[in-house]
Amino acid sequence: MIFTKVRPRLSPKVRLKFDRRTDRYLLLYPETGLELNKSAMAIVHLCTGEWTIDEMVDHLIRVYTDVSPDEIRREVCGFLDVLADRGLLQRVS
Amino acid sequence: MNNEHRPYTLIAELTYRCPLRCPYCSNPSDFAGRGDEIDTDTWLRVFQEAEALGVVQLNLTGGEPLLRDDLEQLVEGAGKLELYTNLITSGIPLTFERLSRLRTLGLDSVQVSIQSSGPSVSDRIAGAPSFNRKLDAMQWVTSLALPLTMNAVLHRENISDVEALIALAERVSADRLELANTQYLGWALKNRVALLPTREQIERARTVAIEAKMRLRGKMEVLFITPDYYSEYPKSCMEGWGRRFIVVNPEGLALPCHLAHTIPGLHFEQVMQSRLADIWHHSAGFNRFRGEDWLPDPCRTCERRALDFGGCRCQAFHVVGDAGMTDPICSLAPGHGHIESARAQANRTTEIPVLFDYRTGRGCSSR
Ligand code: SF4
Ligand code: SF4
Repeated sequence: MIFTKVRPRLSPKVRLKFDRRTDRYLLLYPETGLELNKSAMAIVHLCTGEWTIDEMVDHLIRVYTDVSPDEIRREVCGFLDVLADRGLLQRVS
Repeated sequence: MNNEHRPYTLIAELTYRCPLRCPYCSNPSDFAGRGDEIDTDTWLRVFQEAEALGVVQLNLTGGEPLLRDDLEQLVEGAGKLELYTNLITSGIPLTFERLSRLRTLGLDSVQVSIQSSGPSVSDRIAGAPSFNRKLDAMQWVTSLALPLTMNAVLHRENISDVEALIALAERVSADRLELANTQYLGWALKNRVALLPTREQIERARTVAIEAKMRLRGKMEVLFITPDYYSEYPKSCMEGWGRRFIVVNPEGLALPCHLAHTIPGLHFEQVMQSRLADIWHHSAGFNRFRGEDWLPDPCRTCERRALDFGGCRCQAFHVVGDAGMTDPICSLAPGHGHIESARAQANRTTEIPVLFDYRTGRGCSSR
């Protein structure tokens, strides 16, 4: 589980690229990549090393008023888990 | 544009030449001499056309791509197109200066293939002293802050070495470790008796790899690629025929997978003669196994067909003799007996010392 006081930052080894065919962002890393949907993109935008996970969740709860806070927390943690699993995050604490 | 068939990755096989001679090289083994390689300008045009088709990843491979004198120009061209460029190499011949220049020109990541965790076995498998030079190469990659993937192709001779391979990957601070089992096509198919591990060996290696994956989570990604000879169902080879990948081989033939042209009766085009977009959309070879109409029984009605597309066409051809049949790896396939007998043979021959034949001539990428 990710410790929620951690401030995740996207590893400098990944590249975010706008995909003009799908109007989505792609997260490119060695020999593979992830296609980001809207919520994943919103989370990635906050992976700057400045936000703690708690702060990210709070911020997104304020922006996405139509989604339940529980769901937002689950999505943030789940997606950060995916990124961490693949070594795509650095932790700044 | 239709995203069902959109190439994301271009695999550019820049040359067949390679200073090493690994017996599991998966390129066609009928290669005698060195054919003509396509030139710099053609490659640069192919990169452009690939990008226009939707490609975002470029794998520069071979043989040994470092043997191309114009690698710098190619990396620079790919960089201008914002392709994520991966160099897939044996690490030989390389200097720190050259790697550093490639990085400046836009190289994004490097994969170094190693044969074993120590010099003696490694150099014997590769057929040349190479281990220490690979270590140097890997250290240069990380010192330049490029993502490093260490790739080890597993077979009977080195599969008991998995702990040491993991330790080595940690020592060189690899970002990713790929423990790939040999694909039994091309040369490796001819050497299958010598190379195929037993089920116990695979299970043990898998357990070790899973433990390492948990322990190294966040530091290093550990990928254990199960050999399909011991799986119940096939993998989706290349994520589906003509669906996500384009391979262009050193002579300029555009293919859905690097062995597709070894299947008789399929027609593929040269990038010198046709635009990549025309090839992608209209090539009879690319279209042959797209969609579901071509599917044989039992795939036609199987629920897994959207996951594995009936498996690998090359394996169906090279093992069963018909590229249009279900991949014999599948336990439901009519040709599955071929795989069962290969497994049984692997289990019988554990005590027999492994002898490697050495390839001469053409190299290939490590997968
Ligand atoms: S029958 Fe065909 S679709 Fe079903 S699992 Fe086997 S190979 Fe895949
Ligand atoms: S190209 Fe083939 S021979 Fe050369 S290092 Fe790779 S696997 Fe070995």
